Amino acid sequence: MTQYLILLAQKHESFRKTELEALAELERVSVDLSHHDDNVPLLYVTLDCEEDARKLIRRSILARSIFEVWGRGNSLDSLHEDVKQRTSHLWPKYKHVSFKFDVISYQGSRTKEEQREIIESFSYVDFDGPIRMRSPEEVFTIVEEYKSKTDMLPSTERRELKDICFGRFIASSQRDIIDQYDLKKRKYIGTTSFDAELALISSNIGLAAPGKIVYDPFAGTGSFLVAASHFGAMALGSDIDGRQIRGTAKSNITTNYSQYNIKSQFLDTFVCDFTHNPLRQSFRLDAIICDPPYGVREGLKVLGSRNAERYADKLPTRLENGDLSHLRPDYIPPKKPYHFDALLDDLLFFAADHLVDNGRLCCWMPTANEDYGERHIPMHPDLNLISNCVQEFNKWSRRLLTYERCPRGCTLSLRPTTKSGRVYKEQFRDKYFRGFAKAKDHESVEWMEQSL
Amino acid sequence: MKLLTANFVQCTVKACGSSPDCFPLHFDQQIPDLPLELVHEDVDFSPEFICNVLPRIEWAALLTTARELGNTQLPDAKPEIENPHAAENEQLLRDLHTLLLETQIIQGSMRCANCGHIYFIRDSIPNFLLPGHLVQ
Repeated sequence: MTQYLILLAQKHESFRKTELEALAELERVSVDLSHHDDNVPLLYVTLDCEEDARKLIRRSILARSIFEVWGRGNSLDSLHEDVKQRTSHLWPKYKHVSFKFDVISYQGSRTKEEQREIIESFSYVDFDGPIRMRSPEEVFTIVEEYKSKTDMLPSTERRELKDICFGRFIASSQRDIIDQYDLKKRKYIGTTSFDAELALISSNIGLAAPGKIVYDPFAGTGSFLVAASHFGAMALGSDIDGRQIRGTAKSNITTNYSQYNIKSQFLDTFVCDFTHNPLRQSFRLDAIICDPPYGVREGLKVLGSRNAERYADKLPTRLENGDLSHLRPDYIPPKKPYHFDALLDDLLFFAADHLVDNGRLCCWMPTANEDYGERHIPMHPDLNLISNCVQEFNKWSRRLLTYERCPRGCTLSLRPTTKSGRVYKEQFRDKYFRGFAKAKDHESVEWMEQSL
Repeated sequence: MKLLTANFVQCTVKACGSSPDCFPLHFDQQIPDLPLELVHEDVDFSPEFICNVLPRIEWAALLTTARELGNTQLPDAKPEIENPHAAENEQLLRDLHTLLLETQIIQGSMRCANCGHIYFIRDSIPNFLLPGHLVQ
């Protein structure tokens, strides 16, 4: 057992632990992450071997890099003492390799001279190999974290060290691919294209991997499809809006796949309404990763007519020339508005039916900060909510809810299903468009009557 | 649409859901305006994926679909493959790979044997939206 240090991105903090837990499960690495702190970018873990360290981090988006810990302290002196005690037996092994030293500081900085002084204070390790700034065989790194301003007395001029660590660099994560998948550089995007970093994180949390089928029922321009396929999964997507799925001849979802050179991971896209889904009941998916439409950028619609009486006779509509209208290539089927909460409930039922045992549903849900509560989280007796990560905006947030399908045969039947008992009240979009100000009661009631 | 996907989809009319005839959708009758068009598109071979997906395939339905599209080479019973990397399995896995992932239905239509509704495929994308009179 060896101690390792993971440097974490200081972004999307509430997703970091969930992502690492997912990767540990996927790579079968045994690790305890219970001491992860959202406010600290340094995470110390104990792992079996260096191979496990590489595996744990190789797909990560929110970890930056991992180091083998050679020593740790709360001052330079205590660090040196620890390094000498823990690793003097390792020094001869690295005596002749090419190397360089790095200094990384959090919540503070050091001048070039100070950095050189610190590096030189490690001369006792007695490395004789050549120093190479470009592609050395080993990189030794001093990572230091200072106490934040609020923890310090106002009179203290120099910032106080909280933690300093000396380690040998093991591996980098995939954080650099965020840039490659950046929407600004993607050829085919739309108004609902999903942030590349969070789509990649969602795919990690959804355990997208080679050999698996991942489905996005609200695929739009395919943001989650390319993210899941980047990690090797075969991606299947559908959307009620055929225009988004289709794109244009030169710019569409498949051209994005070509852009990222992952074309072999594209399974298919099809046009359908989620409440009339063509996937047969017995067909199993490994994961469902999606951002359901909540009606702000796109109206939430399903098949059906506002005026149901029009189709009460169940007969197809004929045009004046006698042709059946729905057989024409330009036919547009009638649609009606739908409730976001009802759609989420449908999604949970669909996931319970179609996910393999232990398969994951990762779904984004917007919430207004003013009145968020646990009761807003949809539940299903066959789905275990395993994480609830939040990205906060000014007055609202969006949450990535992750559920795991209970193995069939051991349903948690004591838990209630939300569908029957749920009253569909005001929608998120209504709150959004009134700027999250207090609702006038009659407004939300009116909407409810209109749509039900 | 790949041939594999055709094995996952059924008629979306709610009343057909309980009928055994709503799956698979049939390619045997095509309409003149939208003639059936198949192409071969190269996909990287992944024996693991074929092995993983094999248990999810409804074999009888695949036989029907393949026959309607002109392929009668498939074995009558679903093959069982445990080791995706064994040399004796490679040819079979490659054949399945070509059939399931590299055969693209670019254009054509699929028919439900229960209600007779026809779903169109254009630019490789099937459309499962229903006209007003078929929505409950």
